Amino acid sequence: MTVIAYIVIILGILTLIQLVRVFEITGKLKGNNQTEVSDAENRFHGASFLVFMVAYFAFFIYIVVKYGPHLLPEAASEHGANIDMVLNLNFAIIITAFVITHILLFFFASKYAGSKHRKAEYVTHNNKLELIWTTVPAVVLAVIVIYGLSAWIDITDEPSEEAIKVELYSKQFGWIARYPGEDNELGKANYLFLNGTNPLGLITPATIETRITELEADIVKLEKAIEEAPEDGLKEKELTEDLDWKVRQLRKIKTYQKKNEVNPYTAGSDDKVAMAGEFHVPVNQEISFSFRSQDVVHSAYMPHFRAQMNSVPGTVTTFKFTPTITTEEMRKKTSNPDFNYLLLCNKICGAAHYNMQMNIIVESEEDYNKWLAEQKSFEENTTAEVPTASNDKLAQK
Amino acid sequence: MGSQAHAAEHHHEENFFTKYLFSHDHKMIAKQFLITGMFMATIGMLMSVLFRLQLAWPGESFGILNFFLGDKWAPDGVLDPNMYLALGTIHGTIMVFFLLTAGLSGTFANLLIPLQIGARDMASGFMNMLSYWLFAGSSVIMIVSLFVEKGPAAAGWTVYPPLSALEQAVPGSGLGMTLWLVSMALFVASQLIGGLNYIVTVINLRTKGMKMTRLPLSIWALLVTAILGLLSFPVLFSAVLLLIFDRSFGTSFYLSDIYIAGEALEQSGGSPILYQHLFWFLGHPEVYIILLPALGLTSEIISTNSRKPIFGYRAMIGSILAIGFLSFIVWGHHMFVTGMDPFIGAVFTFTTLLIAIPSAVKAFNYITTLWKGNISFTPAMMFSVGMVSTFISGGLTGIILADSALDINLHDTYFVVAHFHIVMGMSAVLAMFAGVYHWFPKMYGRMLNKGLGYAHFWLTFIGGYGVFFPMHFLGLAGIPRRYYTNSEFPLFDAFIDMNVLMTVFAIIGSLGQFLFFFNFFYSMYRGPKATQNPWKANTLEWTTPVEHVHGNWPGALPEVHRWAYDYSKPGKEEDFVPQNVPLAEGESDGEH
Repeated sequence: MTVIAYIVIILGILTLIQLVRVFEITGKLKGNNQTEVSDAENRFHGASFLVFMVAYFAFFIYIVVKYGPHLLPEAASEHGANIDMVLNLNFAIIITAFVITHILLFFFASKYAGSKHRKAEYVTHNNKLELIWTTVPAVVLAVIVIYGLSAWIDITDEPSEEAIKVELYSKQFGWIARYPGEDNELGKANYLFLNGTNPLGLITPATIETRITELEADIVKLEKAIEEAPEDGLKEKELTEDLDWKVRQLRKIKTYQKKNEVNPYTAGSDDKVAMAGEFHVPVNQEISFSFRSQDVVHSAYMPHFRAQMNSVPGTVTTFKFTPTITTEEMRKKTSNPDFNYLLLCNKICGAAHYNMQMNIIVESEEDYNKWLAEQKSFEENTTAEVPTASNDKLAQK
Repeated sequence: MGSQAHAAEHHHEENFFTKYLFSHDHKMIAKQFLITGMFMATIGMLMSVLFRLQLAWPGESFGILNFFLGDKWAPDGVLDPNMYLALGTIHGTIMVFFLLTAGLSGTFANLLIPLQIGARDMASGFMNMLSYWLFAGSSVIMIVSLFVEKGPAAAGWTVYPPLSALEQAVPGSGLGMTLWLVSMALFVASQLIGGLNYIVTVINLRTKGMKMTRLPLSIWALLVTAILGLLSFPVLFSAVLLLIFDRSFGTSFYLSDIYIAGEALEQSGGSPILYQHLFWFLGHPEVYIILLPALGLTSEIISTNSRKPIFGYRAMIGSILAIGFLSFIVWGHHMFVTGMDPFIGAVFTFTTLLIAIPSAVKAFNYITTLWKGNISFTPAMMFSVGMVSTFISGGLTGIILADSALDINLHDTYFVVAHFHIVMGMSAVLAMFAGVYHWFPKMYGRMLNKGLGYAHFWLTFIGGYGVFFPMHFLGLAGIPRRYYTNSEFPLFDAFIDMNVLMTVFAIIGSLGQFLFFFNFFYSMYRGPKATQNPWKANTLEWTTPVEHVHGNWPGALPEVHRWAYDYSKPGKEEDFVPQNVPLAEGESDGEH
């Protein structure tokens, strides 16, 4: 089979060589060569550009008609409607420019196709014309900048005091949502506190104690292992490095312990953690998101809300928006009973990047409060078995 | 023969090694860059076909995937998700750096700078050779990285840490990533040495009468490109160096507070965003390092084949300089959603949109050059007209992405992929082909076959638009790039057949390139012999003999008396007047 394929390829190349030679020889007899392009050829190529132009525009229209309805549904956030307005304005401008310039380009290409009986006109420049086509784009761009930046300033403005706080925490390959408890304050967190029962690394009096106990046990184990390590020193070196790091972690965590004695880390204990593949937000209320990441850079992308923000390890980023359409309403609007708002990852983050998702449920304030009340607080959760995020399977894969 | 007289002056024996491998001659080095670039591009193109198969028919088995990637990366012919990311990463790296930076500038800066300014060779032939061999070394290392156990780099061509810094995060961030970084470090060295040489040559070695305002636009573009490279590549070098430190020596430039694979890492205090700033400080000028030579070459070709002066020569120089300057103060538009200060974001929106003005000027000038011309549609001209179309189509969507508010929803979606593949990828590739078709007679003394050239053009042009134009709509529907498959979301199901269409176009376009390869190597040996000035062009390279001689001109260097665009000048018998033809009595060269 492979041999046949190779033979076909080789025969194909040989045929091509012969064909080219035949064309070259017949071309020579007819008097045309590889340098000169005859008038007939020029007319043909000029016309072919016009045909291409028609096909290009037709392709454009065909895609718009066919896929237009499948583009993102109506923006489901306050600023999203504004973004869509600016986007449409921009599209109106660039499509106009696109059509005009392409018509001119391909029309000139065909109209001025070369002829032996004609000479081109010696035009070097035209200051007036050039001034016009520098100023017009500049003015149009000024309009674009003004609309764009006023939307941008509005979107990136500080969230209001009453905004509902939600934290989205990313890791390979899943999301966890956290809500403040009664105190309306998200508790502090640090990656040194992460462990099986504390998937967000929250700092609470209880987690401080747990980590100290864990680390002290680890240190004892390591010291013992170092004593028993073989003489060659290799294993010992590795273990010592590990030990040093644990000792430093312990020291760092003890500083939290001291701070806790003065000013207890109580805010985190009543935080609510949603890990079940969806999180809820109330409609028509401003949501103030903060983002943290456990391992690499991810990006929280919520296309229906025209919202996106990277989550970066080591820093907290923020984004706010006000959802305006509930999930139920959107299901009716799209006549799709399975419709769900999505949170996707939109920054390359590893093998299962393509499937790092969470559903967003927008509902009435009443339903939202009911749902939130059902969620266990962090303290309650840590005593129970921690549910694993839906995508953890992929992480292991 | 005059060449003998010259050869006698510089008498030295040339053997195979000094002539073909370690040549100091800029024409030979140009060919080395071209062929190496073509070789790398073939790999990059093949990779894109492989991952497009997966995108069109996710999870289906393909013998060709298994043939190229083996049982490890395509078990039963189904692409592995890690390999998918690696293919995308290396495809991007090869196309951006190896083909469109070194392949494009390396070929044409080397070939055209001495020939068009009237110099015997580059300022330093040795450094020129060094530049090529560093590039060759860097290519070899990049190719070697494809064969390491855990696969090549897979963190995207921008290799953002922490993903690129931690082997626990993606297997490609092991040895594959180390080799990627070493390869890029050599690449930067090659670019710096080459660029310095180009700049010095243009500034110092212009022949008598070749004022800056008489330079062909190709040289202006290549000069500004070299300056951009010289100022921005060192920043990439430092970014790469710091990443090597973080990966291998435990520093924390880019890493902080990371918990991965069940372990808290020690690094703290660094910022992944710092890397992005450093990367894009090169990354954005890089876009123009690719695009400016493309614009320069097409300016020459369009003017020559329209038999008409380039419209607004000084405005064209002005736009090249403006684009070059602005390209340094726009990098933040790649980072609107990293959480940067909104005020800074607003500034970057403003500066980025400013670039649209000189770009618009260039587009209008191209179109007006065609107006009232007498166009000779050589294959090079076909590619150039195609480039003007892609430059406009892709450039316009840049206006949307430059707008920080709009970028929020389009950032990292297929809309971005569509935008940069059309404006940067297609434009530069079309221009590079235009350049090869136009200057092949100068490089090899023979003509490429015209008919195959036309066929190649249409397959490339239609294939390219067929792949990238529909991507705008995927992006508008919110489909993120770098997804192994779009089938995990019912939201995107409507676009499955669009992905199939795009892959079919990709296959057609790729097969079309084999016409070019065939034409290239066939014509190199069997093509009809070229005449001295086959396109009736004005620039100095066409005053050299067809057979290459060391030192380019057998006798004295030509003297320049006029600008490069005296096509169809009234009162002249022919429709072109080469730059070395003295001004007639009463004739002026000041009108442009």
